[in-house]
Amino acid sequence: MIVAAVPFALWLAAKAVVTLGLMLGVVLVVIWAELKWSAHIQSRVGPWYVGGRYGWLHPIAEALKFLQKEDLVPEAADDKVFRLAPYVMLAGTIATFAVIPIGPTVVARDLDIGIFYLLAISSLSTLGVLMAGWSSANKYSLIGGVRAGAQLIAYELPLILALVAVAIQAGTLSLNGIVAAQTETLFTIGGFDVALPFALSGQFIGFVVFIIASLAELNRTPFDLPLAESELTMGYVTEYSGLRFSMFFLGEYAGVVAMAAVISTVYLGGYWMPGISDDALDWLGPFILVGKIFFIVFLYIWFRWTWPRIREDQLQRMAWKWLIPLTLFNIMATATLKVVL
Amino acid sequence: MAIPGIGLVKGLWITLKALFTKPVTVMWPDEKEELAVRARGVIALDTNNCTSCMLCSRECPDWCIYIEAHKVEIQPDKPGGRVRTKNILDRFDIDYGLCMYCGICVEVCPFDALYWSPEYEYSEYRISDLLHDKQRLSDWMATVPRPAELEK
Repeated sequence: MIVAAVPFALWLAAKAVVTLGLMLGVVLVVIWAELKWSAHIQSRVGPWYVGGRYGWLHPIAEALKFLQKEDLVPEAADDKVFRLAPYVMLAGTIATFAVIPIGPTVVARDLDIGIFYLLAISSLSTLGVLMAGWSSANKYSLIGGVRAGAQLIAYELPLILALVAVAIQAGTLSLNGIVAAQTETLFTIGGFDVALPFALSGQFIGFVVFIIASLAELNRTPFDLPLAESELTMGYVTEYSGLRFSMFFLGEYAGVVAMAAVISTVYLGGYWMPGISDDALDWLGPFILVGKIFFIVFLYIWFRWTWPRIREDQLQRMAWKWLIPLTLFNIMATATLKVVL
Repeated sequence: MAIPGIGLVKGLWITLKALFTKPVTVMWPDEKEELAVRARGVIALDTNNCTSCMLCSRECPDWCIYIEAHKVEIQPDKPGGRVRTKNILDRFDIDYGLCMYCGICVEVCPFDALYWSPEYEYSEYRISDLLHDKQRLSDWMATVPRPAELEK
């Protein structure tokens, strides 16, 4: 095997570079897609001139713009925490990519407790948000940070509970195992073996709840209360500028891609697609996964530019009174069916 | 009875339709907008009609019209006639950095010296260049559209 021949450190570095490169590339495309799609939803054309055609270089031009800006730290801010916060947020998001399988054999690390790791590490980025809110010495930032914390506590639960049902149905916590479980034949029609992703075979409630909860987790409209431009200026990013602001910006969209990748993997069958042989999946897999990611990203952008922001009490009521009981019922139903069938 | 949450779906349908319809954006300067007939682009000055009465300058809410004039005596044509005075316009400036395009000056002018022109492409790199002097304002007269035909 190739793996044994290459020194571990070099192999690790190569994996990190490939994962980071792939993620950053997809994130830039997602930022561009958000600009373009939101523009067309509002009957505008959006970025047009940068890069010659369709403004395809716009995200890069924007990143360069942020690089030129002054990196300000407020006088009253907690200097060290303030400077560290964006990196904590970004690191927590990027680390989720380590366990997401982009092909049958292509995965940075196939952990046995993949889902567990995923949920643990993605909570880290909210720690960065809380750090930013607390250290900015700004009331808007503080309210934004605390709102983000409250939102995380409320929506982490349905997120986890939805994944519990998936783990029960798949019988494993490994993400590769979950994708493999979705390729198993459910029933046969006229000689065709039909295999369905979990979103269509038993986990539809979980799929819908997971999408709603992930919107809240990512602080995206209609759950963008921590940012809420009209009431909190920009929430926890109010005091940030220059490179550190672009870190938050990147972290936000990296989070979108990470969540979309998780949903694609767990509910939509990941890199797998019916009718494609296992050999072809090795190189087609990443493209299939990216296609599914963009489907979820489209849903996110569509929701964001259609629905208004909901109130804080509505947000909490929805999580505790609807989503959590719904996922608990889902777990019960899944467990019962697993035993019975 | 309406289905709860149907409004969310209706909203999604509207935005989806908007996503696939042609944007209304006019790609200026590659293509030009089709302006309304009475578009307020820039104010043109007909110096022949101006009597330097200062009404426009006084009515302007922004005080962005600057007028300077002096009087000359006109001798009578025939002996025994009265000596008349005439105002000669020395300066007529409109500062488009201040102008808010309300059109009160055009409305108030009793001698039809001011007109609306639909031209709008006169942006400048320096704000002081937005002050159009008498000559520049007179040049805009060429772009003033002809008045509409009278109704019969």
